[in-house]
Amino acid sequence: MSQPTPLTRAEIAYLVAHDLPDGAYVNLGIGMPTMVSDYLPTDREIILHSENGILGSGRPAVGDEIDPDLINASRTPVTLLPGAAITEHTVSFAMMRGGHLDYSILGGFQVGANGDLANWITNAPDAIAAIGGAMDLAVGAKRVIVMMEHVARDGSHKLLEHVTYPPTGLGVVDHVYTDLAIIDVTQQGFVVRAMVEGLTLDALAKCSGAPLSAPGAGTDQIGIIRRGADGCPAYARP
Amino acid sequence: MLDKIKATIEQAIEPIQDGASIMVSGFGESGIPFELLRAVLDKGVRDLTIISNNAGTYEAGIAGLIKARRVRKVVCSHPRPVNSEVFATAYRAGQVELECMPQGTLAERLRAAGAGLGPFFTPTGYGTLVADGKESRVIDGKGYILEQPLHGDFALVRAHLGDRWGNLTYRYAGRAFGPVMCMAARHSIVQVDRVVALGELAPEHVMTAGIFVKAVVAAGGAR
Repeated sequence: MSQPTPLTRAEIAYLVAHDLPDGAYVNLGIGMPTMVSDYLPTDREIILHSENGILGSGRPAVGDEIDPDLINASRTPVTLLPGAAITEHTVSFAMMRGGHLDYSILGGFQVGANGDLANWITNAPDAIAAIGGAMDLAVGAKRVIVMMEHVARDGSHKLLEHVTYPPTGLGVVDHVYTDLAIIDVTQQGFVVRAMVEGLTLDALAKCSGAPLSAPGAGTDQIGIIRRGADGCPAYARP
Repeated sequence: MLDKIKATIEQAIEPIQDGASIMVSGFGESGIPFELLRAVLDKGVRDLTIISNNAGTYEAGIAGLIKARRVRKVVCSHPRPVNSEVFATAYRAGQVELECMPQGTLAERLRAAGAGLGPFFTPTGYGTLVADGKESRVIDGKGYILEQPLHGDFALVRAHLGDRWGNLTYRYAGRAFGPVMCMAARHSIVQVDRVVALGELAPEHVMTAGIFVKAVVAAGGAR
């Protein structure tokens, strides 16, 4: 068995992008989620929402396209797709909080097996509170996807029974995409949908702070994430 | 005759006094009324409460006021985007207070104030630190917290076009908090890129109706 190679951040973004269905309304949070826009399949219309009132933002703006009044939530100058709409802030957040977005894609410090998300502040003594749109995005969208490294840089687990940092939202996370696996958050806790080639469920469990289970009786229902001839990652849904 | 156009930015901000609470439009560096904020700095008022999405970047705008020790408190959703060192330094030195809340809650508290509503229940922040000290309630199986309307003495807003009745349009995502702050503040002051004649804005394209605006000034001060 080959040694498993963790996914790069770009590869995680690629996998998320390719799991979004045609016609989906999607908000990309700041940080790693913004990379998803680079890999959206060209044969699908995926409508990106930005919390500052843009529905239908396009690729990053370059050269003369750059307009200071046209930035996304990460402060990056963007273009608009034909069909884009601009709203004021209460309407933009009604799209989020009101359950109109199909997917909210967020970064994460920690995810609990009960779906709790922590992504806005650590317990560091000098941390300054900064919430932004994270709490609205966590509670409002039909589905919440979290993208993060499977294990923190200091080696601590990020998938936990219960989050230890202050939560952003309770019971809100549906799916987690990490550099090692794709995990669905269910009533029964974490269920591994797919993992990188060469990894075993036991090895993945050692990187996780809460029990993991397979979708079926054995482990043969777990998809294997492989890099194709084009270098892009993909997995089959068994 | 109803004429809200001010000849100079200094005249437009003239009512602002020490201790005022001031809403400031914008998100990131878009939609920020930099010229109005510069005039507030030059006027020398202090002990201000700033209500805005962010707490200023670089050393201009809100950051300029903080650096000059004019701001007592910042009420915002995200004080720490990139290039916000002026706020962080002042906050850690104990020079400025912070009230941080979810961005949608900030917007909706402003709307409640402008729309004459009382407190409202929102699911955002339920079960988090944001809920501390607030009433939490489970309604039909969903958790909510009670949030209060957010009033303010003034709004400083950047818009694109404005007429003498105070009707406004905004460019692209420069709109953001502009319309809701015009509604929420007791006295809204708007800098526009250009003043236009009455009737020049198509009624159905007006984004803020003039009733919510007290003063309009061209950004350069010239009519």
